[in-house]
Amino acid sequence: MAGIPHDHYEPHSDAERWVHRRIPILSLIYDTLYIPTPKNLNWMWIWGIILTFTLVLQIVTGIVLVMHYTPHVDYAFASVEHIMRNVNGGWALRYIHANGASLFFVAVYAHIFRNLYYGSYKTPREVTWIIGIVMYLLMMGTAFMGYVLPWGQMSFWGATVITGLFGAVPFVGESIQAWLLGGPAVDNATLNRFFSLHYLMPFLILGLTIVHIWSFHSTGNNNPTGVEVRRTSKEEAARDTLPFWPYFVIKDLFALAVILLAFFAIVGFMPNYLGHPDNYIEANALATPAHIVPEWYFLPFYAILRAFTGDVWVVIAANWLTGGIVDAKFFGVLAMFGAIVVMALAPWLDTSSVRSGRYRPMFKWWFWLLVFDFILLMWLGSMPAEEPWASISLIASAYWFAYFLVILPLLGVIEKPTARPQTIEADFASHYGETGDATGMRLPGEKSAKPAE
Amino acid sequence: MLSTCTKALAALAFMTSVAVAAEEGVHQEITDYEFSFEGLFGTYDQNQLQRGLKVYTEVCASCHGLKFVPIRTLGDEGALGYSEEQVKAYASTIEVYDPALNDPDPVGDFRPATPTDNFPENNSQGAPDLSLMAKARAGFHGPYNLGLSQIVNGMGGPEYIASLLVNYTGEEREQAGTILYENTAFPSGWISMPPPLGDDYVTFDDDAPADLVNASKDVAAFLMWTAEPKLAARKQMGMTAIVALGVLSVLLYLTNKRVWSRVKGSKKS
Repeated sequence: MAGIPHDHYEPHSDAERWVHRRIPILSLIYDTLYIPTPKNLNWMWIWGIILTFTLVLQIVTGIVLVMHYTPHVDYAFASVEHIMRNVNGGWALRYIHANGASLFFVAVYAHIFRNLYYGSYKTPREVTWIIGIVMYLLMMGTAFMGYVLPWGQMSFWGATVITGLFGAVPFVGESIQAWLLGGPAVDNATLNRFFSLHYLMPFLILGLTIVHIWSFHSTGNNNPTGVEVRRTSKEEAARDTLPFWPYFVIKDLFALAVILLAFFAIVGFMPNYLGHPDNYIEANALATPAHIVPEWYFLPFYAILRAFTGDVWVVIAANWLTGGIVDAKFFGVLAMFGAIVVMALAPWLDTSSVRSGRYRPMFKWWFWLLVFDFILLMWLGSMPAEEPWASISLIASAYWFAYFLVILPLLGVIEKPTARPQTIEADFASHYGETGDATGMRLPGEKSAKPAE
Repeated sequence: MLSTCTKALAALAFMTSVAVAAEEGVHQEITDYEFSFEGLFGTYDQNQLQRGLKVYTEVCASCHGLKFVPIRTLGDEGALGYSEEQVKAYASTIEVYDPALNDPDPVGDFRPATPTDNFPENNSQGAPDLSLMAKARAGFHGPYNLGLSQIVNGMGGPEYIASLLVNYTGEEREQAGTILYENTAFPSGWISMPPPLGDDYVTFDDDAPADLVNASKDVAAFLMWTAEPKLAARKQMGMTAIVALGVLSVLLYLTNKRVWSRVKGSKKS
């Protein structure tokens, strides 16, 4: 695997040989568990495990919740209350599942920005990146539809607003919207199909997770230096890497325990903090809530959606150029999806040959400005659509696009990168010294670590 | 350490709160009443819930319902501390509509409730169901949608309910044939519900003060219980999880250190 030279699985016993001749599953497990991993990975390389764990957590809690939930407009809200009151531990399942969505997005945003900083999306990992973006889109769809299921006020009106976006598509918009909703408005048909898809999509994400892991196991992990593992000989590769087990498994488990600690503090002591009070009011098509606000993880893109109003010159220009086909509403929708598309195109927009932001003095500043921009947009998405927030939203949205479409291509040309370490081994040694058995493999005859120091 | 954090956040929230109040237009006056179920270890006060139930039964229930709350849960652990007999006795005092009854009317009839029934719903005009009201309203906001106030003070549902019952100014006005009453806790400032409570409207069995503020707090606490009956179990789970994961984190930290010590030398400063 990985083109990184390393020892492969050899069946030792008759039983192993018997299995191996029929299906090489032990080999697959062995090679996955002991895959050579760059030994200088830092704490930003934990989010993949967090995400995988959260996906499983959501699927498991979700499957049990479905046993008690009724997807019908007359019973959905009451069945959620049934879960909260009458089902043993139902309240815990529901609060874990609802806050699990937030944990999922915290982790995915950290994961995405890690990639953007260390240039993990660059060649040869473009496919991993694109699969990741597709998973992220599926996650957003799943989260959105899941939020509709409790059939509260924000469920109903959120669904109305978001499906309304598709109505902005010229010519076919209304047909698409009616097709998505299963009728002219959000109703029982909508709830049923959202329920069905909310159950389906996590399994698509699970499948893509396997492909995602497969693809980066083929290219090898990126690492904080962006310098590739040496593949010239097994010895050199072994000095750049450590086997996934136990080094990274234990490290990831430690990180997982700390993050779950924070997660359970929220579930136990402020489970409704990240939700919206209006969703404890049953959906009512006749009463619009005062403020329809999406969940926090959608806010940055919601801000971009709202930023492009009819009086912005690019919108006016687009409107004029297309003969009125692209109006302000449709432009906003295009901008929102475009914000993710430009991010997906980062591997081809970034012209720098240096992967890691650590060695890119100018890039660093623009990157951290992007992080700030993202948080700013998240906050702006929660503010009312009036001045001065509208103008700030427009500037912040413009920066999001400028970062990918202008700054990334330009920086590769004008920036002078600083010196990179020759090898991962050198980088690791400069942090931790050269002592110890650098390969992490026990030498023949060497004793294992004593149980207590 | 937590209290230091809380104080720092409170200071931050306070610094910005003045600007926000002016900006949001309508200013809601929500008093941050103390409740026994606040904080990391806070749980419901049995006696307060019993008093709150009495206020609900004698005052609120004439217009509002509690349709999601099963009557038997009054006897649950961490609830009002009622025995089975007390729950039965309470249930027999209220009537529920049973669509299965065919006598004398073929479309159902009222009958005395049993513990397995839910509290009756009440569809009086403009009177929303109160089962979840303490979670469906947020008394505390801001500053600037940052949610800091809610980290410090909580979501403010029960505080909102108590404030709403207390904060009538006595002003009235007529609008489109409806009388509206000025209430400084209500988002628009004018509410169609006439002041429901006053001093000593209810007499409590435990001789607790039944003045407006205390009765309002009692019923607000009761409604918090109807909205979040499993609060104590939830906090206990949170505490158990934090302790267990804390220990696990320490052990995994040490394991991780030990595993990596093989390849890491002493860290260069």
